[in-house]
Amino acid sequence: MSKKSDTVSFFKELPQNIFSGFVVSLIALPLGLGLAVASEAPPISGIIAAVAGGLVVSVLGGSNVTIAGPGNGLVIVLLGAITTLGGGDLYQGYLYTLAAIIFSGILLFFFGLLRMGSMSEFFPATALQGMLAAIGIGILAKQFHLMIGIQSVKGGTIEQLIAFPESIANFLSSYPFAGVLGLFSLVFLFLYSSIRNPYFHLIPAPMWVVVASIGIGYYYSLVLNQGSPFSKDLLIEIPNNLISNFPRPQFEKSFDLKFIGVVFSITLIAVIESLLSIKAVDKLDPRKRRSNVNKDLRALGLASIVSGFLGGLNVVTVIARSSVNANNGGTNRSANFFHSAFLVLFVLLLGKQIQMIPLTSLAAILVFTGYKLASPDNLIRIYKIGPEQGLIFIVTLFSTLLTNLISGIAVGILFTFLTHLFLIKKIKIFTINLFKPNVLMYLEEQTGNYYVSVKNFCSFLNFYRLKKKLDQIPESEHAIVDFSLCDFVDHTVMEGLNDYRRSFTRKQGIFETIGLDIHASETDHPFSVRKSIPISALVGLRNSLTNRQKELKSLGEQLNWNYDSEIDNNPKGLGRFLFFESKVVNYAINKLKNKKSSFRVFDLSYSEGVFITKEDLKASFLLFKSPITLPVFVLDKEDLRTTLYNLAGFDDVNFEKHPDFSKRFHLSGNDNKAIREIFTPKLIYFFESHPVFHIESNGSHLMIKGKDRLSSIQEIKLMLSFAEDLALILKNKTPLS
Amino acid sequence: MSFKPFKNFLFGFAFSPSLKANVYEVTRLASYFNANLIFVHVGEKTKEKELSFKNLLNKSPLKPKNIKTHWTEGDPVKTLIKTCLDFNIDLLLLGALKREKLVTFYLGSIARKLTRRAPCSVLLMLNPSVERHPCKHIVVNGFDSPQTKDTVEASFYFGNTIGAEKITLVEEIDESRVNVSVNDDKSLREATVKKEKINREEKMRVSDLVKKIPLAQKHSLKWDTQSIFGRRGYSIGHYARIVRADLLIMNAQEESTYINRFFPKDLEHILAELPTDVLIIQS
Repeated sequence: MSKKSDTVSFFKELPQNIFSGFVVSLIALPLGLGLAVASEAPPISGIIAAVAGGLVVSVLGGSNVTIAGPGNGLVIVLLGAITTLGGGDLYQGYLYTLAAIIFSGILLFFFGLLRMGSMSEFFPATALQGMLAAIGIGILAKQFHLMIGIQSVKGGTIEQLIAFPESIANFLSSYPFAGVLGLFSLVFLFLYSSIRNPYFHLIPAPMWVVVASIGIGYYYSLVLNQGSPFSKDLLIEIPNNLISNFPRPQFEKSFDLKFIGVVFSITLIAVIESLLSIKAVDKLDPRKRRSNVNKDLRALGLASIVSGFLGGLNVVTVIARSSVNANNGGTNRSANFFHSAFLVLFVLLLGKQIQMIPLTSLAAILVFTGYKLASPDNLIRIYKIGPEQGLIFIVTLFSTLLTNLISGIAVGILFTFLTHLFLIKKIKIFTINLFKPNVLMYLEEQTGNYYVSVKNFCSFLNFYRLKKKLDQIPESEHAIVDFSLCDFVDHTVMEGLNDYRRSFTRKQGIFETIGLDIHASETDHPFSVRKSIPISALVGLRNSLTNRQKELKSLGEQLNWNYDSEIDNNPKGLGRFLFFESKVVNYAINKLKNKKSSFRVFDLSYSEGVFITKEDLKASFLLFKSPITLPVFVLDKEDLRTTLYNLAGFDDVNFEKHPDFSKRFHLSGNDNKAIREIFTPKLIYFFESHPVFHIESNGSHLMIKGKDRLSSIQEIKLMLSFAEDLALILKNKTPLS
Repeated sequence: MSFKPFKNFLFGFAFSPSLKANVYEVTRLASYFNANLIFVHVGEKTKEKELSFKNLLNKSPLKPKNIKTHWTEGDPVKTLIKTCLDFNIDLLLLGALKREKLVTFYLGSIARKLTRRAPCSVLLMLNPSVERHPCKHIVVNGFDSPQTKDTVEASFYFGNTIGAEKITLVEEIDESRVNVSVNDDKSLREATVKKEKINREEKMRVSDLVKKIPLAQKHSLKWDTQSIFGRRGYSIGHYARIVRADLLIMNAQEESTYINRFFPKDLEHILAELPTDVLIIQS
C-alpha cells in the first residue's frame, strides 16, 4: 500500500477509532484506578500510566490494535515494592518505586533496542500460567477484604487467605453498605457475560459497576438528601490540581540491592505481560497484521519513563483492553491515543464523580480480575494436556506464592526441565544437542513450499531457533514442519505451533506439522508433550451422545446428510468471513453435511475478547456455496449497535425504494454498487418476509448465523429451509419488474 | 590446482567385525574407477592376520587390477598421512562407527584427525556392505568459494563413475547476507524479496559451474539446485539427511584463507553427526 492511500485510510477510519478508543476508556478508567489502589499507589497513578501509554505508544509503537496502560501482572510486584522500599511509609515507598519504574523503563527500552523480544520464548508455557495464577491469587487475596469493606488485614498472600473466614464473619459490623455493594458488584461481573443483550454490552462491565455505585451516591445525596452512604476511608481520592501536584520520584535508593531487585522484577513481568498480550492481540487484529514486538517494547519503555516522572505506574500492553479495542472496530494505533485522550477528559471533567467511587466496587473488579487469572478452569485445562503439566503448574504456583515472582518462575523453569528429563529418561539428548543448531528451513524449489525440519529435540530451551525460522515465512504461504528427526517435542512448542497454524489460517496460508505420528503422547490433547519413545497411552472415555445430538443424528438420517459428533479443532473455511476477523474460533462440533451439495450446519464455539473481557460463545451456523458470485457483504438486523457503528463511520447501504428494509436491516460491504445490483426487489422482499438472521457473504460462500446461542432442532430446520430458498432465489436471479 | 581423476586409493584397515564389508566395498569402488588400491594396516603383523586378510581379499567378487597390502607400525595418523604422500594417493577411504543405540554416526578419533589433516580427498563410509547398495542421490555443496568449482567437477565425475542418478547442488547462504531483520509484515516482505534476489544470483552462479562440465559427464545425470538460508556447514548435513542422500560431497577445509577465519567450522557440524557417506574433495 502506498504512503498516500495509507494517509487516506487513516483519516477515513478515524471516526471508528475514536469510537473504539472511547469504549476502551470506559473500561480503562475503573481498571486504572483499581490497579493503582491495589498496588497501594495513589489512584490517579493508574490513569497517568494509561495516558502516558496511550500517548507514547500510539506514536512510537510497532503494534496496531493494542492498548497500553497499567497491567494486572505488575500489581503484586509494585505492591511489594511500595511496601518494602518505603519501610512502612507507603507514600515514601511510592516515590522510591517511581524511580524503579523509570529504571525499568530504561531497561525495557534497551530490551527492545537489542531485539530481545524473543526472550519470552524461554519461559515454558505452563510455568508462565502457574506464575500468572499466583499473581491472580495475590490480587484476589488482598482485594477480597477490601471488597467487603475491611481495610485492616495486613501481611502476605498466605496470611490474607487465612484471614478470609474472619473477614466474612465480621464484614457486616464494619461497613455493611459498602461491603454488600462490593459483593453485588462481584456477582454482577460474573453474570455480565451471560446477559446477552447487545445494548447492555455497549458499556463494559467494570464501567457499569462504577456508574452504578456513583448513581447510588447521587441517589443518597440528591433524592434522600443525605450524605454519601460510603465512609470517607472507602472513597477514591484524586488530587484537585493535577498539573502542580506531580510527585517527584526519589532516586536515593538506586544502588540498594532491594531496589535493583524491584527494577528487575518489574522489567521481567512487564516484558512477559506485554509480549503475551501483543501475541494474543495480533490474533484479533481484523487486518491480520504482524506487530513489531521490539519497536513496541522500546515505546513501552519510553512510556514507562514518562509515566514514572509524572507519578504514574509503569506501562505494559494490556490484553483485556486491547481485545475490547479490536472488538469495537479499532484499526490502528490512534485508538490507543484516543483512549488516553478520553481518560484525560474524564479526569478533568468528572473529577468530582470519580471521587464518589467506593473502593469496594473497584476491589470487586480486581477480585474478578484475580479470579480470572487464577481460575480453576486453567488448572483443569492444563491438567488435560498432561498430568505432568498440571504438576508443573502447581509447583510454579506454590513456589511463587511462597517466595516471589522471580524465584517462582525460576523454580518453574527448573521443574519443567526436570519433568522433561524424567519423561525422556535420557539426559544426553539435551546435553549433547542444546547448543547445536537443530532447525533447517528451505523453500522447496519444485513445489514452492517452505519446508522446516527439526532435529534431536525441541522444547522451550531451543524453541527460539524454530521460531526464528518460522517467522521468516510469510503467513500466506504453505509451510510444512517435519518432526520425524526429532525425539522430543514439549508442550510449549506444541502450543506455539498451534499459534502459528492459526495465524497461517487467518492469512489463507497452510501450516502443517508432520512426523509426529510415531511419537507417543500421554493424553489425546493436541498440545500434549510428544516423545519418540512409546509409552502406554491412556484410553480416553468416549462420550455418549446427548439428546440434541441424537436428534441431529436422526435429522441427518431423515435428510440423508452426514452427521459427525466429533470435535473439530480446526474447522475450515471460516477465516474468510468478516465475522471471525476479531474472534478466535475454538472448535466446531455436531457437523451435519449434505452429501451432494455444499450445505453444512454445525455448532461452533468461539470467543470474543480476552481475559476479563473474554466471552465464550456457542452458536449454530449454516454454510453453503453461493450459486452465483457475490460481492462481500454483511446483512444484519438494524439496532442501536449498528446505528452507533454508522455514526462511527461504518457504511450502511440503504435503498430509497425500500424504506422498510433499510430501516430494519443493516447492510454493509466493500463494493456498494455490486451490492445494490445483487439486492433485487425480489431478494429484498424475501428478507423482509422471513426471520432475520445474520448473513455474510465472502464472495463465494454464504454464512448464516442463528441466535447468539445454539439453535434448537426446529430452529436449525428453519435455517435450512431459509438457506435453500435463498439459494434458489440467487440461482434464478431475474430482475423483478 | 584443478581437479584430477582418482587414480590411487588407500584404505587403512583394522581387524574389526566390519572388515569384510569394508574390503568388499573398497575393492568394488576401486574397480569402478580402475584405480590402484593400497591396503595399509598399522599394527603388528602376524601370520594369522595376514592369512585371514588374504582369504578375505580373494573372496571379494569385484577387484581392481592393482592391489597392494602394506603392514607397518607406529602412530596411525602420522603413518597413514605419510603413506598418502609417498604413494601419491588421491582418495583416502575411512570407515565410520555407529553410535550405540542411537541412529547417528560418528568418527573415531583417528579417523577424525585423518579427515582434517589428509593431503588428499577423503571418503567416509557409514554403511559398507558386502552386497552393493547403489548410490542414487548425491548432495554437493555449492557455496561461494574458489574450491567449489573443483568440487562440483569432481562430483559429476564421481557420480558418473559409480552410476548415480541425481545430483543436488546446495547453496548454503549465510543469513547475514539478507541483512534485513524480520520484525513485522513490511520487513518480512523486504526480506522475502531480497532472498529471492540472492536465490536467483546463487542459482545462476552454480548453474554456470555446471555449464563448464563436459557433456559426457553429465548427460546421464539429473541435476538440480537448492538454496538454503542458514548456518553454513550445518544446513547441508541436515538437508542430506532429510532427502536421504546416499553421498554428501563437500569442499575440504580451506587453509588460512580469510574466509576460513570467519567460518572455521564448516565441516565440524557434519563430522560431529554424519548424515550419510561423506566425500571431502581436496583440490
